[in-house]
Amino acid sequence: MRRWVGVLATFALLAAACTTGGGDDAPSVIDTGGDASHEPVVLEIWGAWTGRELEQFNKIFDGFTEQYPWITVESKGGVGDPKILAAINSGTAPDVVLSFTLDSVGQFCESGAWQDLNPYIEQSDFDVSQFPPSVEAYTSFADSRCAFPFLTDAYGLYYNTDMFDEAGISEPPTTLTELQEDAKKLTEFNGDGSIKRAGFVPWLGYYEFSIPNLANIFGATWYNDDVTESAVATDPLWKAAFEWQHEFIADVYGDGDFQTGADRLERFVAGAGDEFSTAHDMYTERIAMNLDGEWRTAFIADEEPNLPYSTAPFPLPDDQADEYGRGQIGGTIIGMPKGSPHPAEAWLLLQFMATDTDTLVYMANNVRNVPTTLEALESPDLDVTPQFQTFLDIFEDPNSHYKEPSAIGASDQNIVQAFASRWEVGKQTDLDAGLADAAQQIDDQLAQAAI
Amino acid sequence: MATTVTTAQHVGPFAEAAAVPRRPRRRNIGRGLTVLLFMAPWILGFLGLVLYPMLSSLYFSFTKYSLLEDPIWIGTQNYSFMFTKDPFFWLAFRNTVWIILVGVPLRVMFGIFTAWLLTLPRAGSKTYRTLYFLPTMAPPAAAALAFVLIFNPGFGPINQILQSFGMKNPPLWFYGPNSSKWGLAILGLWGVGDAMIIFLAGLLDVPRHLYEAADIEGATGRQKFRFVTLPMISPVIFFSLVIGVIYGFQLFTQAYVASLAATGSTVNDAASNLGAPQGSLLFYSIYLFQQGFQDFRMGYASALAWILFLITMLCTLVIIRGSRRWVHYQGGGGFR
Repeated sequence: MRRWVGVLATFALLAAACTTGGGDDAPSVIDTGGDASHEPVVLEIWGAWTGRELEQFNKIFDGFTEQYPWITVESKGGVGDPKILAAINSGTAPDVVLSFTLDSVGQFCESGAWQDLNPYIEQSDFDVSQFPPSVEAYTSFADSRCAFPFLTDAYGLYYNTDMFDEAGISEPPTTLTELQEDAKKLTEFNGDGSIKRAGFVPWLGYYEFSIPNLANIFGATWYNDDVTESAVATDPLWKAAFEWQHEFIADVYGDGDFQTGADRLERFVAGAGDEFSTAHDMYTERIAMNLDGEWRTAFIADEEPNLPYSTAPFPLPDDQADEYGRGQIGGTIIGMPKGSPHPAEAWLLLQFMATDTDTLVYMANNVRNVPTTLEALESPDLDVTPQFQTFLDIFEDPNSHYKEPSAIGASDQNIVQAFASRWEVGKQTDLDAGLADAAQQIDDQLAQAAI
Repeated sequence: MATTVTTAQHVGPFAEAAAVPRRPRRRNIGRGLTVLLFMAPWILGFLGLVLYPMLSSLYFSFTKYSLLEDPIWIGTQNYSFMFTKDPFFWLAFRNTVWIILVGVPLRVMFGIFTAWLLTLPRAGSKTYRTLYFLPTMAPPAAAALAFVLIFNPGFGPINQILQSFGMKNPPLWFYGPNSSKWGLAILGLWGVGDAMIIFLAGLLDVPRHLYEAADIEGATGRQKFRFVTLPMISPVIFFSLVIGVIYGFQLFTQAYVASLAATGSTVNDAASNLGAPQGSLLFYSIYLFQQGFQDFRMGYASALAWILFLITMLCTLVIIRGSRRWVHYQGGGGFR
């Protein structure tokens, strides 16, 4: 027996000695001083960028290698979350990962698949106040800050200035009442009653008008404080949001009758042009106003440069007008996966990507996303048009935010979306019952996730 | 009383076999090993690529497994959640049953009709067969995308044609919950070439003398089809039905692409738009994929997969059992 204990102990020691860095190991300090000698290290980063954007992304590592000559970065694009997670699971994770799926942050952080960066932050005296405060909410969950932002999206209102002029509207709407009034002025119908031009389309799934955006406009919360129960049925702002949608559709498109407006709008939406092509409804002037992300400015410059348009923060409910300027934000995230082979060097790369002003400005100028540090936001090298500036301001607004992360990923959105799909066509008429049912489903999912 | 049977006592068909001297045991083992060696690639493939994954997924179906952490045994909770608390499961199940009940019979009927048409021309039949079979060669994703464009209510040619015929409110097709599955069914009919080709083989295989006998009896064309053609091609219909049901339960690519294309979603925001419009294109396999690879609920997805397997097997068994009443084999054989 003693002999077996000895063998097992030896095996355990050997296994511990052979284990590479990363995982739950305490972060090791890396000497970045000029006289220090460093063994060459090749870092691997996996992410979802593809095509032109991947080419631009890959260029940022030249600056990193210049700063840390012994580290080479190999970037692999077109890798989605499932493949990354499979690699983490099989112990073949890359050093650094990049993801577009912000809704998975809760799962990444809680499970430890993406390592908590707090120990690294503390050890390096990393200054997290370089980021606007709103960033922390969408890069942390369950006391783990497992992600850094790497550029972000911000959502606001796009409007056709010529159409505004024709309708005698001088300023973009700042409240939902103004939005409704303006939309009514801008909407035109065909002889058969169908919609020729829509002032604004509050239809879930129409381009970027989604459940998270609708909730964000109203400031509706998804969960209670400790994210153990859904607030969809208890936060009155959810009810207000859906009631507003019905009222808007009835008033602007249905001559006061909701079902008429919904039927017309459903048919109008079915004929929408593709979001990422020159057939977009803003370009073809089927709509006068739209909710969209900052990247649209780059698409317009590329696809429809003569479009007369401007941007503004999205209007808010009348009783929240004092918060005008906020909007939904949230975008690409980077992190260190469990089992990262070179955690110390990976930490250097993470810091570089998340905070290097030149890198962020370069990427912002090329892929037209919002840079994510305060310094980069103020950089004179940032190529800012008046339309793009709106989104920089939205990102900096302290009230801008993304929905609360949770342990169930995007399931909460799917559930509310399923209810909303029935609600907006008039199939579900009992709003309270629908919201209660959605909340119960979310709670069931939370309970299942908490097992 | 025990009877001692010796080799000499064997009679009848066993007598000759019994009389053959037994091979040496070592030679039998060697022969068995040779057989095993030849079968080894299949056995290894089966064990590693079929049995092991199946058993793993069976185990995972009783666990909470997110790909991110080790599986945690939770007994039958995935199954009870599925049946009692997951409305998406039932929605996906209903949609899948719809496409099977409507799409499969339509495909069979259209396949028979197309095959029958192809038996008619005396010249150029090979060209027609190739033309009808061509759509089957199109990649499913590309075909679905093309159909979404063709059936687009705003600028697609189909609705423009319907409007030119006076239809005021033509269907929204992939953009409306009431018509989206019909769009998929039509897409299935367009790609009927695979079914058509076996029906054609079946039709051409019907003995001519049966028709001649029916003619002598004064049978009408409809009666010949009902009492000669249909029974004779019933094994092919049966095969198409079984394959159609199995494929129906596994329908994924066309529905996934059509749903995303119609809502203008990218793969990145697929999670919240899956099955759009209004969940009408949420099929079982799509839901399974979403749970496993987008929500990382691998344990739950495994449970869904096992239920899918059991339902598919049950349906197939029911069809096979029912086939005894209506499938006729020329040699009198068949499934027993």
